Amino acid sequence: MILFEDVSYSYSPGRYALEHVNLDIGGAELVAILGENGAGKTTLVKHINGLLKPQSGRVTVSGADTKNSTVAALARKVGLVFQNPDHQLFAETVEKELAFALVNFAMPPDEVSRRVDWAMKEFELTQYRDRPPFMLSGGERKRLALASVLCYDPQILILDEPTTGQDSRQKIRLASLLKRLNGEGKTVLVVTHDMEFVADFIPKVVMLSKGRVIAEGSAEEILTNRELLMGASLLPPQLAELSWDLALQRPTIDLEQVVSAASKLVGGSQR
Amino acid sequence: MAIIEVQGLSYSYPDSPKPNILDVNLTVDEGEFVLITGPSGCGKTTLCRCLNGLIPNSYGGAFSGRVVVDGLLTTEHPVYEIAQRLGLVFQNPENELFCTTVEREVAFGPENLALPRGEVRSRAEEALGVVGISHLWDKSPEEISGGEQQKVAIAALLAMKPRVLVLDEPTANLDPLSARSVLNILAKLNTESGVTIILVEHRLEMVAHMADRCAVLDDGKLLLIGEPDEVLYSEAVDRMGIGIPKAVKVAKRLSFGSKSGKKPLSSRDLADIIRGGKQ
Repeated sequence: MILFEDVSYSYSPGRYALEHVNLDIGGAELVAILGENGAGKTTLVKHINGLLKPQSGRVTVSGADTKNSTVAALARKVGLVFQNPDHQLFAETVEKELAFALVNFAMPPDEVSRRVDWAMKEFELTQYRDRPPFMLSGGERKRLALASVLCYDPQILILDEPTTGQDSRQKIRLASLLKRLNGEGKTVLVVTHDMEFVADFIPKVVMLSKGRVIAEGSAEEILTNRELLMGASLLPPQLAELSWDLALQRPTIDLEQVVSAASKLVGGSQR
Repeated sequence: MAIIEVQGLSYSYPDSPKPNILDVNLTVDEGEFVLITGPSGCGKTTLCRCLNGLIPNSYGGAFSGRVVVDGLLTTEHPVYEIAQRLGLVFQNPENELFCTTVEREVAFGPENLALPRGEVRSRAEEALGVVGISHLWDKSPEEISGGEQQKVAIAALLAMKPRVLVLDEPTANLDPLSARSVLNILAKLNTESGVTIILVEHRLEMVAHMADRCAVLDDGKLLLIGEPDEVLYSEAVDRMGIGIPKAVKVAKRLSFGSKSGKKPLSSRDLADIIRGGKQ
């Protein structure tokens, strides 16, 4: 679905934002892109929707070289939800915001209204239909930004820091929505610093550091690798830290496993 | 000595169909570190605005009850007067920084108090030093990282020498390392300089151990307040949308709180108890 072949990109000479990146993300995957500030996460994402084209190497999105595609054409396939909804929302009402892309894709009016109604219902925004987006709360604006992208049903969905300012209940809802979309066959990429969210809900991780992919694999394996996390200036998830503090033989990010290992330790020390 | 007294506070924004704050009573002593948490939309931000007098002075709406900050009744004193006693840091630093350099930003408050030039300068230098960003003094707030911007916002308030700092999710937009660094600065300000801290925060695993007390808001009401371990080990918080630290979750599953009375908040404390075999 998304293929990076030896991709390099630099904004200023001598400093690579991406350096020889190889990445192969298959069909229906749910992947977290992790990395410290300036690791190249945003640069990577901008290559997928064609905002940036590789200076060397090649990026292919569902079979097509991005060098031969326009941003407009890629937008149909790749939906990008920004971290700050205020950078994305601009319409006079919630309804117009949701319809904007659909109208631009020249969908018939009844299809537009069907999709807009679906999105308002799915994201609990129906009551705000005629309200200006800037009148909504921060969390609601964040939901609207995501809804406006999901409306046109892109095959690939990229979310930049979707959990900032969200409480734990909303994070659980977001996670189950992402799982569902993924189950329906979509490719979902989550760019995030939120290690707890990744540890709890996202199965696969790509880790960037200083413009390079330094690890790729299961969240369980990568998020319990202390040296790797420290090398990338990332804080470990709490359960990994607890595993280390308890000196568990097999560190894990799975709550049930930590509970079971800890209760054995407690039982052992009582005997 | 109480520095903040909130008595029977209820408030509704103009046009709000129901109260946004309902009958909240809260007394904060000088030098305390109080953590406020609760699901989004529960009234945390509204309560912060009540503390510095923005509500009701700038927002209107239906306000009842009393809020007294360092002896000033908020309904009788303008926001600029309260601001010298209590500083409010917002969630998104981009929204509050507007000067061309970090130094200008931090000097802005004291200049507006018409302090002598030397005093303004020394306050700005001191405040930047306290948050550890003296080296950024001539940078534009636009060219520094989000974590650094939040430190500038905090320094700008410190330069006013407030006795209370209220911070409304100051780390919401920060990466974990920057978040930890900002939270450590707050702990230091509290323990070393005696500044009273009221912090609204979701990342309880990072702050629960720093706080003297933890308050949980739900639907505008103050649901619980007490020592952080009492609050986080209470059954009521499990059903809410708040991020219980994983160490607490594990300890609860091992029936720590109810069986032994031990209520560890951090992974390290939990591990010490388990490995020490003193459960």
